[in-house]
Amino acid sequence: MNQNVTEHSKAAAQFLKDENRAAWHDETLWFVRAKRDKAAQQLPEWESLREMASAIKAHTLAHLDEYLLIFEAKAKANGVPIHWAADAEEHNRIVYSILEKHKVKNVVKSKSMLTEECGLNHYLENQGVSVVDTDLGEFIVQLRKEQPSHIVLPAIHLKKEDVSNTFHEYLQTEKNNYDPAYLTKSARKVLREKFLTADAAITGVNFALAETGGIVVCTNEGNADLGVHAAQLHIACMGIEKLIPRAEHLGVFLRLLARSATGQPISTYSSHFHRPIKGQEVHIVLVDNGRTQQLGREDFRNSLKCIRCGACFNTCPVYRRSGGHSYHNSVAGPIGSILAPNLDMRKNADLPFASTLCGSCTNVCPVKINIHEQLWTWRQILMKEGYGGFVKKSSMKAMAVVLSNPRIYKFIGKVSRRLMQRLPGLVNNKLNPWYKNREMPQPPKQSFNEWYEKNKK
Amino acid sequence: MKVALFIPCYIDQFYPQVAFATLQLLEKIGCEVHYPMNQTCCGQPMANAGYASLTNGCNKNFIQNFSGFDYIVSPSGSCVVHIKEHLYAEQKGKEAAFIRNNIYELTEFLTDIAKVENLGAHFPHKVGLHISCHGQRMLGLSSMSERVGPDFSKAERLLNEVKELQLVKTARVDECCGFGGTFCVTEEAVSVRMGQDRIREHERNDVEYITGGDVSCLMHLEGILKRKKSEIKVVHIAEILNAQ
Repeated sequence: MNQNVTEHSKAAAQFLKDENRAAWHDETLWFVRAKRDKAAQQLPEWESLREMASAIKAHTLAHLDEYLLIFEAKAKANGVPIHWAADAEEHNRIVYSILEKHKVKNVVKSKSMLTEECGLNHYLENQGVSVVDTDLGEFIVQLRKEQPSHIVLPAIHLKKEDVSNTFHEYLQTEKNNYDPAYLTKSARKVLREKFLTADAAITGVNFALAETGGIVVCTNEGNADLGVHAAQLHIACMGIEKLIPRAEHLGVFLRLLARSATGQPISTYSSHFHRPIKGQEVHIVLVDNGRTQQLGREDFRNSLKCIRCGACFNTCPVYRRSGGHSYHNSVAGPIGSILAPNLDMRKNADLPFASTLCGSCTNVCPVKINIHEQLWTWRQILMKEGYGGFVKKSSMKAMAVVLSNPRIYKFIGKVSRRLMQRLPGLVNNKLNPWYKNREMPQPPKQSFNEWYEKNKK
Repeated sequence: MKVALFIPCYIDQFYPQVAFATLQLLEKIGCEVHYPMNQTCCGQPMANAGYASLTNGCNKNFIQNFSGFDYIVSPSGSCVVHIKEHLYAEQKGKEAAFIRNNIYELTEFLTDIAKVENLGAHFPHKVGLHISCHGQRMLGLSSMSERVGPDFSKAERLLNEVKELQLVKTARVDECCGFGGTFCVTEEAVSVRMGQDRIREHERNDVEYITGGDVSCLMHLEGILKRKKSEIKVVHIAEILNAQ
């Protein structure tokens, strides 16, 4: 894995340099959050739905081994082979081996954050297989050789002008035509051709039903259906945490998912796939890639309840002002920040600190993941493992000494305030990050403690 | 009612006027207020930076200072949350538990324990309220825009009783200001931008003051306001409730 990633704080500062663009990014995502609020408010039972979804997921995770085996048996009985992948590498190998067997050269793929996590596109392209992402947002970022910056709105970091320029470069559309309808139609024309000529379709999975062995894929564009119905081969890739026990549970999740994601009452397409249509083959790849490890971490187990709605992204004031790419992980935002350290602590040690711990994520989450508490707990673990560095640790140790000894605290407080009054340049300088864009507080002559000692005691 | 006054370290050092106001308010409503002289810090700066392991000294000192009272009251939601969630000690488990269960943020104490209706305050100004996340989401001092349920706000209820005070709300009612403890320096750019965005909303409302229940948020907002030479001032809710 690439260790030379830019820290979140630095990437975020870069993102914020373009003030207008940053404001636009914040407002666009806030608009989605506000739309979500309206949709949630329309359901008086919203909070109990969240409670129920969280409980169903907790139950499923507690019995994941059993439900996975039930799912496997049911799917096999439906004529769908199940493949088990321990990690990203095995997942990619399995997908390629199925494609190779069918001599597939062209693949259309609907949105799947799992395949992003596994780096599937890159892997397949190296094997000479062409993969086209058919979700419009993903299609745009794929042309630009970028990662999605948001799990539901992959190209949300781009404005229509960027899309126009990208399409002009890669699809030869009219230069400077920024009309969204024109741009969408142009993409549609290209994608139709890809759908019709693809030899295989890869999809993600939103929910897998243990009871029936079926999978459900939610899209707004219908691109999963178009791909699957036009191709002879369908490979569905899913993390093992996508399971829910019964079909009747689906209603709880579908109601929460679309409302939380975009404020829609329901996704435009909730497509159910149970068995291959005549002449077709369907395969499901079940991927672990760190999930059982996370399941074993008691403090972080709940993170596996995630249904990838992106509501925590939209609500996060830090995400809105730093952009998805600053998180250097396939899943960005608050949820990404508690999933990523599980995969690679060293690379992702900065992410749990990319938060003010405001707690909005926890309260917006449709499956009630205690995200901000997990961010806090990751901080403790990462520092214990030594990822904070010597300087931070030493200064924290010094701070702890001062703040736990009343006499030292009072003395340092008094001296510091005097110094700040007499030599303001000591703190009002470039070395103090606070001072870069903020004035320091005006130190008073007396602390409250000093005043109390003189006047009240 | 024997009440111990907990004044967080940065209020003690930089905003003693908030501590005076809190002390006077509590005395005004008839509490027997004690201020333990050897109090320092709740330990949150280390804990939120990932070093909760270094807070044993703070915990010990806190328990030493704040045992033996009916209630502990503080003009800071954030520090109260930290104590409620993280004050533990091997030796003094019972004392720590008592403190965790009997520590209150000021507006919470005034509303739920003292059951104050009207403090007779007078503050003839246009005021914007900044809702601090820790008080709101972790102490439940007000409803949250993410959640579905009845609207309420302990701070607003108290401010509505203040004579001639005009309270104006921001469009984003409860967005974080970006202070976030050490976040304010480790993620300086995002922190400042968040603060600037909050301030822009209050500017649009043409307020004279921004108030709130946490001095940390106000200190951050004040730093930005002063840098842009704004006329808007920050004032802690205790100072307003204590104003005559």
